[in-house]
Amino acid sequence: MTNHWVDIKNANLVVIMGGNPAEAHPVGFRWVVDAKIHNNAKVMVIDPRFTRSAAVADEYVPLRSGTDITFLLGVANYLLSNDKIQHEYVLNYTNASFLVRDDFSFNEGLFSGYDAQKRIYDKASWAYQLDEHGFAKRDPSLSNPRCVFNLLKEHVSRYTPEIVENICGTTQERFKVACELFAETATPDKTMTSLYALGWTEHTVGSQNIRAMAIIQLLLGNIGMPGGGINALRGHTNVQGITDLGIMATALPGYLALPSEKFPDLPTFLAAVTPKTLVQGQVNYWGNYSKFFVSLLKSFYGDKATPENHFGYDWLPKWDRLNDFMYTMSAMEDGKLNGCICQGINLLASFPDSNKSIRALSKLKYLVVIDPMDNETSCFWQNHGEFNDVNPASIQTEVFRLPSSCFAEEEGALVNSGRLLQWHWKGADVPGEGRDDSECIAGIMMAVRRLYESEGGKAVEPLLNMSWNYVNPEAPAAEAVAKEMNGRALVDLTDAGGNVVLHKGQLLSSFAQMRDDGTTTGGCWIFTGSWTEAGNQMARRSNADPSGLGVMPGWAWAWPLNRRVLYNRASLDPQGKPWDPKRKLLWWNGAAWTGYDVPDFGAAPPGSAVMPFIMQADGVGGLFAQGKMAEGPFPEHYEPIETPLGTNPLHPNVVSNPVTRIMKNDDNFGDPKKYPYVATTYRLTEHFHTLTKSSKLNAITQPEAFAEISETLAKKVGVQSGDMIKVSSSRGAIKLKAAVTKRIQMFKVNGQEVETVGLPIHWGFKGVAVKGYLANRLTTAVGDANAQTPEYKAFLVNVEKA
Amino acid sequence: MTQDLIQRSATNDLTQAPQVRDFQQQVAKLIDTTICIGCKACQVACSEWNDYRPEIGHTVGVYDNPADLGPKAWTVMRYNEVVENGKLQWLMRKDGCMHCEDPGCLKSCPVPGAIVKHANGIVDFVSDLCTGCGYCIAGCPFNIPRQNPVDKRVYKCTLCIDRVSVGQEPACVKTCPTSAIMFGSKEGMKVRADERVAELQSRGFANAGLYDPQGVGGTHVMYVLHHADRPELYGGLPKDPAISPMVSFWKGIFKPLAAVGFIATFAAAALHYIGSGPVTEDDEEDHHD
Amino acid sequence: MTNQKDVVLRHPFPVRVAHWLTAFAFLMVAISGLGFFFPSLHWMLDILGTPQLAQFLHPIFGLVMMVGLAVLLVKNAAYSLPEKGDRKWFSHLSDILKGKEHRVFEVGHYNPGQKMLFWKIMILAAILLLTGLVTWRPYFADLFPITLLRLALLLHSLCGILMMFLIIVHIYMGFWYKGTLRGMVYGTVTRSWVKKHHPRWLREMETKESKST
Repeated sequence: MTNHWVDIKNANLVVIMGGNPAEAHPVGFRWVVDAKIHNNAKVMVIDPRFTRSAAVADEYVPLRSGTDITFLLGVANYLLSNDKIQHEYVLNYTNASFLVRDDFSFNEGLFSGYDAQKRIYDKASWAYQLDEHGFAKRDPSLSNPRCVFNLLKEHVSRYTPEIVENICGTTQERFKVACELFAETATPDKTMTSLYALGWTEHTVGSQNIRAMAIIQLLLGNIGMPGGGINALRGHTNVQGITDLGIMATALPGYLALPSEKFPDLPTFLAAVTPKTLVQGQVNYWGNYSKFFVSLLKSFYGDKATPENHFGYDWLPKWDRLNDFMYTMSAMEDGKLNGCICQGINLLASFPDSNKSIRALSKLKYLVVIDPMDNETSCFWQNHGEFNDVNPASIQTEVFRLPSSCFAEEEGALVNSGRLLQWHWKGADVPGEGRDDSECIAGIMMAVRRLYESEGGKAVEPLLNMSWNYVNPEAPAAEAVAKEMNGRALVDLTDAGGNVVLHKGQLLSSFAQMRDDGTTTGGCWIFTGSWTEAGNQMARRSNADPSGLGVMPGWAWAWPLNRRVLYNRASLDPQGKPWDPKRKLLWWNGAAWTGYDVPDFGAAPPGSAVMPFIMQADGVGGLFAQGKMAEGPFPEHYEPIETPLGTNPLHPNVVSNPVTRIMKNDDNFGDPKKYPYVATTYRLTEHFHTLTKSSKLNAITQPEAFAEISETLAKKVGVQSGDMIKVSSSRGAIKLKAAVTKRIQMFKVNGQEVETVGLPIHWGFKGVAVKGYLANRLTTAVGDANAQTPEYKAFLVNVEKA
Repeated sequence: MTQDLIQRSATNDLTQAPQVRDFQQQVAKLIDTTICIGCKACQVACSEWNDYRPEIGHTVGVYDNPADLGPKAWTVMRYNEVVENGKLQWLMRKDGCMHCEDPGCLKSCPVPGAIVKHANGIVDFVSDLCTGCGYCIAGCPFNIPRQNPVDKRVYKCTLCIDRVSVGQEPACVKTCPTSAIMFGSKEGMKVRADERVAELQSRGFANAGLYDPQGVGGTHVMYVLHHADRPELYGGLPKDPAISPMVSFWKGIFKPLAAVGFIATFAAAALHYIGSGPVTEDDEEDHHD
Repeated sequence: MTNQKDVVLRHPFPVRVAHWLTAFAFLMVAISGLGFFFPSLHWMLDILGTPQLAQFLHPIFGLVMMVGLAVLLVKNAAYSLPEKGDRKWFSHLSDILKGKEHRVFEVGHYNPGQKMLFWKIMILAAILLLTGLVTWRPYFADLFPITLLRLALLLHSLCGILMMFLIIVHIYMGFWYKGTLRGMVYGTVTRSWVKKHHPRWLREMETKESKST
């Protein structure tokens, strides 16, 4: 979230698209209700399904699954052609006026630089025109045809209401209602908040869905504003924390990159990743990359990390390919992996194409499952009749189950969607033989380390040099890990005037204190300040709200630096005056920026040329994403990999995302003639993934698997609510109850009728709920090109009476 | 706290329940269906606080689970899909005991004190005294109480009288994530409802209103409805609920009439016997003639 | 006439058993029924053990009563069929209530009042049986709509009360007509009792006897 949960109450318009917070985030949804009741806000839900969020919305606008970009660029087109944008904001705080290179182009569905063989783009042309100092050229008059504003205008001009209707299935009348609601927030005193979740990310164009809304929010001047922003609603209690800590194939904690093998040493790597300022005088905070990175290495390797050995840079694994879950599962299926440690995920139930997962797991020599439940993954080899019809005798994988704690049985911080690190305490001890998750993994690590110490082996340095200074190395305490994340001074740190700010050994209070000379540590630079010499900031529980805007700075601690609204300098005009006096977060006190929130800005006074997006090398919000996205600097409508249309009405030669991540053997796509219906998987309020089917209370409230289908499809298939149906894709078939509902509707798209099949994912062959099939038996194992998130939200199935 | 029971089942005006505590604040639960997201947290909270667990059932093609109220399901969400002017509405209502000011269950119950009304308006079943006759089920205008086939006793929402009497809100109120369930004084809740209704009307729900049916003297569980003119849309909430005339007759005038009937029958027999004496098999009357 | 002929069999053994079974079961359902109906008589439920037990036993005794009544129906329906002259009996009601029945009407096996009582009891019993089944908890009641339950409960209590009135009258008549009770206890009544109260029946019996001898 750029903003935070409580801030939703400040919105004038809440747009729920690509998410269903009433269902998936019922507790946070109270702020949407608050906005309605106390701020007279309108709530609009744009979704293929009439969800529980739609039930309490003022407007529900349906669209076919996988066509969000068309819809959003249609809105952008409406805003631009009807002049419903916040001009001053767009001119000053976005890259609208920046000139783009002349060799950048877009033709028939492809941007310039596409390599059809490798299925990747050379992004060199997706860049600004630079002047002789290396700074971007701009045209504040917005008259240059190569300025971002005009390129965007041209790009979205194709997305007319007729095209939106033809692709999304949304009637022009409903679309107009939506556009008008969006447009109302173009005024400085009105904001729209965008709430999204997996409904956007779980597409092959997932990241670009979000980009499309970001463009709209920038045009409307809603980023940085209380009641505005782009707000990702995270599902797992701590999935934000997982992202922050970089538990990904090519990432390190704090959104730092894991070096690839292209970078043999630290200076080369830092030179490549540290962005150059693109507009004179901008903050370009990532310019401090080296300080964050070296402090991280000092946390990793302690005293072993010295300037001489580049702080242990060589001990970091360098990646040669994207070792994400997609690669891993394919390699496992090919027999290239011996073992797998599965922690914090019920892999078999959660990964796409579960038949493939079973094939892959069956090839392993060993599988370690660290989980509170004896879940499907650890029981993949068991025969559970039609629900898991495997032959245990033919599976040689040795499975180790390590019973672990659930969230209520452990201490520590959880990072919520609003980047809030909230410390929590144990509610109970782990029952039976169970151990804390960290104890499980530390135990394995220590045992392996002892083996290497006694028996030696290849490339042992990373393991043996790792700093592991815990009171009980077999079970690191949450407090110790949290302080390690925060970071410490390794020498007395002094300010510019030579005064000692921090003594040796003290906890840092800001990442601004970090050094790249090895004198500071910090396990996750964005968490610095969470546990300072003043104590555990995450354990604070004051709900005082001097702003009246729900900032509550004394409640726990938000990264970065307890800042609640990112880019909050953009809530003020260039002269420092709030766009909306009722939403005053910050002010200039004559010498510095101060306010109810922690200013997201340097020390530049009002009226300076320094722009508010300090993490960007150009200081502004990006209508045009320079070189960052895999499939283009502007979003473009691509059909889902499995499309019911078989074509793309905009450009038939480029149907789907040309850089979609597809592993070999995963191109088992369904033919729309055989599998004519669009399926989409999702979650229900009553359950948490596949965990709570083991909880009686949850099982009572939603006991059995079902698929939601429209009345028209039910008629076509000849079933009624409560009948058993068979849903099949080219990857497998499942049987479950039919729930016939008006909440799912047929779409008229590109001259054909498209039906949606809704598949909640909560059932399986373990637990106390009624046994059922894993919904992921049906899904496609293809991923978004940027985030590798599988396309769970749009794939093709057939439906028959069972 | 027995002074708190201002109304007891099977207790007539001649033998009234304690009436002294007539100054206690009336309480009410206000359920705003217009901001209810149907998450069923109230159902789960009710299960947890009251320590009951119904069987794990089956999906019948709708979100209603358990499918109906039960002896171990004192509150359930009811979901209704309604299309109006081409616009779909998914109306959700938390169903459960309404805690009537004039409770039909209490009126029907034959066991003295098995159903009681507290001074604050909460209607509660004293399960220890319950015989399982089920008269309350027939007496309820809202079809709420449910019998447990195992112990044969009848159960329903207690409005968490055990929590309320120590100053806490009912469990469902405490857990509701959107504050769609509110709790307080009946007067306070009506004021709150008025605000909500005004807001809804400003959003175009011209018939928004408060459901506090006067046919049962008002209720201590009230609803804010978008369509107060058609409560039936919300899972069959009755439009003008009242205690059935059959129940009123049965539990009303019929009882004294029957008593008079018995007295009259016995009196007639006695008077007749005194008046005419026994009839013997002797034919002595002939002699008297 | 011999001594043996001084008594005649009025109620054969199966009828007597059925009657007293019915009577006992009726007593039980009446006690519990009154306990359910009148709150002030709630204590009567304790006669059957506890109120909960009374709730359980009431329908069981009700069924027992129905078995007894069924036997009586089979055995005695023929005696209770209305006959031509029965209406005349009712026109003499005031004389009859004064104990002068034998002067104004030649009664057969049963007098028309008894016949009417018989059929009234049978009809009420049928309604009680049906409404009792409908409202029987926890077995059947949940199968029926609540409006029907309300009607059934009302009818059940109404019929129960009326039944009690009838039984009071029935008991009183047995008490008032001396010599009647022995017929239901021993089975036999004196020929003189029959001669006075059921002369036509006696005549018919004697005709039969003379034919057979």
